[in-house]
Amino acid sequence: MGLAKLNQLYREVILDHAQHPRNRGELADATGVMELRNPTCGDVISVSVQIDDDKIADLKFAGSGCTISQASASLMTTVLMNKSVERARELIMAFSALITGEKVSEKDDDELGDAALVGSVAEFPARIKCAALAWHALDELLDEKGATAHD
Amino acid sequence: MDKGLNNSRKDFPILDQQVNGEPLVYLDNAATTQKPNQVLRTIVNYYQNDNANVHRGVHTLAERATDSYEAARDKVAKFINAASRKSIVYTRSTTEGLNWVASSFGNLVVNEGDEIVISQLEHHSNIVPWQQVAQKQHATLKYIDLTADGELDMDSARRQITDKTKIVAIAQAANVMGVVNPIKELGQIAHQHGAYMIADGAQAAPHMKIDVQDLDVDFYAFSGHKMLAPTGIGVFYGKQALLEMMPPVQFGGEMIDFVHHQDASWTELPWKFEAGTPNISGAIALGSAIDYLTNLGMDNIHAYEHELVAYTLPKLLAVDGVTVYGPHDPNKHTGVLAFNMAGLHPHDVATGLDMEGVAVRAGHHCAQPLMEYLNVTATARASFYFYNTQADADKFIQAVTAVKEFFADGIS
Repeated sequence: MGLAKLNQLYREVILDHAQHPRNRGELADATGVMELRNPTCGDVISVSVQIDDDKIADLKFAGSGCTISQASASLMTTVLMNKSVERARELIMAFSALITGEKVSEKDDDELGDAALVGSVAEFPARIKCAALAWHALDELLDEKGATAHD
Repeated sequence: MDKGLNNSRKDFPILDQQVNGEPLVYLDNAATTQKPNQVLRTIVNYYQNDNANVHRGVHTLAERATDSYEAARDKVAKFINAASRKSIVYTRSTTEGLNWVASSFGNLVVNEGDEIVISQLEHHSNIVPWQQVAQKQHATLKYIDLTADGELDMDSARRQITDKTKIVAIAQAANVMGVVNPIKELGQIAHQHGAYMIADGAQAAPHMKIDVQDLDVDFYAFSGHKMLAPTGIGVFYGKQALLEMMPPVQFGGEMIDFVHHQDASWTELPWKFEAGTPNISGAIALGSAIDYLTNLGMDNIHAYEHELVAYTLPKLLAVDGVTVYGPHDPNKHTGVLAFNMAGLHPHDVATGLDMEGVAVRAGHHCAQPLMEYLNVTATARASFYFYNTQADADKFIQAVTAVKEFFADGIS
């Protein structure tokens, strides 16, 4: 077997996003910023979001990490940009299911697009945390948003 | 060298397996070592024949369990050449021993304005407990710097250790930089200033002969699981006079002399520190691990690992884009090789190596201040033990090269 299996994880689109991350940086006018760390390796990802009218108007990520965490963060920004908060949270749930090896609906899978390819990380359990980091950060931000909206 | 030191590889059946379709090459020994059949049999034998609580019963099994548990203590005392068995206290781990000495002895001798001196290459378990003491006592925590080579800078040590210093706490062997620190010399400097010398022996005791009297350390802590014994058993050594003045950390059964309604007195050393039912099978298994190591000979183990490092280090350094941390002179480097590959995160490296059957650690190795000092977020780390072979080293180098090629092809 050897390195052949690595191709499942490090697909071209993932390597491309790790090498040329989209939406990298910090939003000057963010409505929320969340920094999460992976305590096992010291990786840090900071996600900043601008929410307008219950919609993700802008989304960026910063920080350092491995190929999987960087690509996953980059893919997340491309997939969730301009989505409603509600739909974004559904897709975050679907992504979490995918990377832990669960099935998701065809609609969610389609909408996750290239990000769904990160789902192959389910075969590499030690790396699931890397894939999840940015998505968890955004989920917490949207959660806070929901909490304030209900206040 | 293809069967391990003294053909020892055959005693470790776990090594004889395939991982991801490739023969396992286990190079994560600085995290934990594998256990030989002899140690595993000791554990089974104890539970099948002698299991009972220690120091309590008058029945035969209780006596057998107690005898084995205490016989293991004698083996530990001999293993590190302690002057007395009273100086040997069983713990859960190195971390527990260092926490005890910090929270009990540290808080006893460190006062406001005093200094605690550690170094830039310490494991979190020899940093965080001292931060706690420093905060509580309003003392200062100072760090000895490293040379460009990654060794402890002894000039910096002489500057940092002053008459205000009460504690000097240093790893004898470093878990990332792969260096052995001059504990004896540091102890002399500490003692000249009236400070106590504490050594973290987690990465040293499994790999070299330890003589706590010759080192003249005041306290020494190490773990069983990094030297063939199971997890959950460790050793805390202290000079007898210091252990006498150090208050117990935990209270309850076994550690008391007599309990009245309002107060109690402590039993004698070493049991004063061993509250509650201890890890009996772990202690007995540690004794068995020490028998195994002693039979191989600590000097032979040290020489064998040195030979492996001398073989591997130049080959690893020769791979284009590889950075190895710590000295590049194999004579100064232990069997711990921390490295990074240009443009690759160590997690990606470790996943790639795992696909080739090679188990290494990737991360900050519980040494975040050191990572900050080196200006990296993490490293990969390969670490040897006496059952590793030249073939393991070859496979490791071959896998590193394959990973490099895989990512170069995929990325560029």
